[in-house]
Amino acid sequence: MNFVTPDFMPAMPEIFLLTMVCAILIIDLFLKDDSRGATYMLSLIALAATAVLSFTGYSQETVTTFNGSFILDPMASILKVAICIVVMGVFIYAKDYLIDRNIYKGEYFILGLFGVLGMMVMVSAGNFLTVYLGLELLSLSMYAMIAMQRDSAIASEAAMKYFILGAIASGMLLYGMSMVYGVTGSLDLATINKAVSTADRVVMSFGLVFIILGIAFKLGAVPFHMWMPDVYQGSPTSVTLYISSAPKIAAFAMMYRLLVDGLTDMHADWQMILIILSVLSMALGNIIAIAQTNLKRMFAYSTIAHVGFIVMGVLTGTQAGYGASMFYAIVYAIMSVGGFGMIALLSRAGFEADNIDDFKGLNQKSPWFAFIMMAILFSMAGVPPFLGFWAKISVLQEAVNSGLVWLAIVGVVTSVIGAFYYLRVVKVIYFDKPMDNTPIKASMDIRMALSINGVAILALGLYPTALIALCINTFS
Amino acid sequence: METFVFYIFSAFMVLSALMVITVNNPVKAAFFLVLSFFASAAIWLLLEAEFLAIILVIVYVGAVMVLFLFVVMMLDINMAQIKRGFVNNLPLAVAVAIAMFVTIFFVVGGESFSESVFTIPDRHGADYSNVAELGKVLYTDYVYSFEIAAVILLVGIIAAISLTLRRRPNTRHQKIEDQVAVKSKDRLQVVKVDAQPKKYEPAKEEQK
Repeated sequence: MNFVTPDFMPAMPEIFLLTMVCAILIIDLFLKDDSRGATYMLSLIALAATAVLSFTGYSQETVTTFNGSFILDPMASILKVAICIVVMGVFIYAKDYLIDRNIYKGEYFILGLFGVLGMMVMVSAGNFLTVYLGLELLSLSMYAMIAMQRDSAIASEAAMKYFILGAIASGMLLYGMSMVYGVTGSLDLATINKAVSTADRVVMSFGLVFIILGIAFKLGAVPFHMWMPDVYQGSPTSVTLYISSAPKIAAFAMMYRLLVDGLTDMHADWQMILIILSVLSMALGNIIAIAQTNLKRMFAYSTIAHVGFIVMGVLTGTQAGYGASMFYAIVYAIMSVGGFGMIALLSRAGFEADNIDDFKGLNQKSPWFAFIMMAILFSMAGVPPFLGFWAKISVLQEAVNSGLVWLAIVGVVTSVIGAFYYLRVVKVIYFDKPMDNTPIKASMDIRMALSINGVAILALGLYPTALIALCINTFS
Repeated sequence: METFVFYIFSAFMVLSALMVITVNNPVKAAFFLVLSFFASAAIWLLLEAEFLAIILVIVYVGAVMVLFLFVVMMLDINMAQIKRGFVNNLPLAVAVAIAMFVTIFFVVGGESFSESVFTIPDRHGADYSNVAELGKVLYTDYVYSFEIAAVILLVGIIAAISLTLRRRPNTRHQKIEDQVAVKSKDRLQVVKVDAQPKKYEPAKEEQK
């Protein structure tokens, strides 16, 4: 047999990250508890370097290697950079929270980095095997991260729920993949796409349903959203930060790889299913969020609503629609990491600032952070000129362009409903009296990162053209 | 003959799988799972996948299920509590299961994967090595997936250790390295004692 050594260069960021994680894993073994900061710094350096490597590997052409199981295209490069930056934010926000709760362990960072590796594998997956393996690498890391706070019953419960439901969803996804493999005879996404026209349509649709089910679970789209509120609330905020942000980018990439790279010709079939998912997610997410008093739970439902928008962009089936959806996913991750970062900032040892009441009178304690929280919430609600507004409008525009006007109207109406609960938090921050006068105690790096995060939401909202153009150009 | 063997083992597999979820005793359930693994290994043998068949028996039956049995025997599982509500929900569960079975059967049953759609693969001779063929693609075409699977195993190890390792500084345990490195003078103190006690002198002890 003739075997050509695969080109390793396109996978350089992954290879580098894996090497770094293994090195950090060993270094961390020899560190005493009081010098755990080294692990933290090394993790940040590893992520930054991976982001740089992904960025330098950017090219307009699509490169495949490892016998087609690895794809490097513009989308992959951009999403990898976004994932690395978002997770850097996660680590910075989580640090003080972890120290206060005595769970400042090297494993948090190591598992987090392994999760990033899994996301990167998903983002540039070229066949069913790599999609699934990347997904499992990410999920396994997340299960363990949630369960790491062993003394907390609510965290263990969240981990169990997530683990069992996640295992079922993975099983469904695999079942769907096996059906598609059965009729097309290939695991390679490009080959499957060519074989769709000749394959048995009934079995293909059958497999497709199960694949979408798996994707919808990972995204958290209604009716497969049941795990999200409990897991978001139950996990330590340091982990909620992680699971709520970057994995959604990876889930978008997984949806794109499976449905667009693999099953474009079945667009008519999956469009219908995705429309249902999108409408239900936007409606249910926004309406139930109104009733929440716990901020983490409220953000979970708001995530479900945002997922509805991400799905809406993809279901248009146009290049511009995918671009809009990708833009939305990145913007969502930036907003979400900021929102949970604020909760982590206000929490301190023995106190969890996860109730809306805990934000009362934040403006009197710290006008700057009150402003940042307002920017994040306005952006989530879609108020101009913040970043979230542009994300919403670009997705809605693509929905209208592809003739789904009623869907866009549903999106707008549910967003208006959703604006209520975001504005309520803003009202609490600015017009209520503080419950206590404990000053905000946080180290410099978390203050800096949160400030950058908040300013980025405003600045990118004022000058959104560059980021939007980057995302739209990816697919043309 | 081959079809006959196939149906025998298939029947074994399906029946034992049914028993796994219906028997009361968890240990028996584990044994039925072993039986269904054996039956599926036999079916793999019929498909000329010798390596997978052997691995299934060695890894799953030999290692995983034995560990699983140990765990099941050590846990005190209260079956009455688990079975609570079983009878009440049974009609609904059966109805859903039958509906699922019928729909799946009509969609993917038989026709779509029959011989008319797919050609039957060629038979290989006795000199054909299943292991060699698997090894060739595993380390060439699928090397990327193979490496990621290895990383997943590593994550599994890290997760298991970080979730179960409890450092308890107060427990009394041996410090092996201290015991090995010990010198005789650390343990043995030579005290000079005169054979004949001197005259009594208070508060003066002779000590090294």
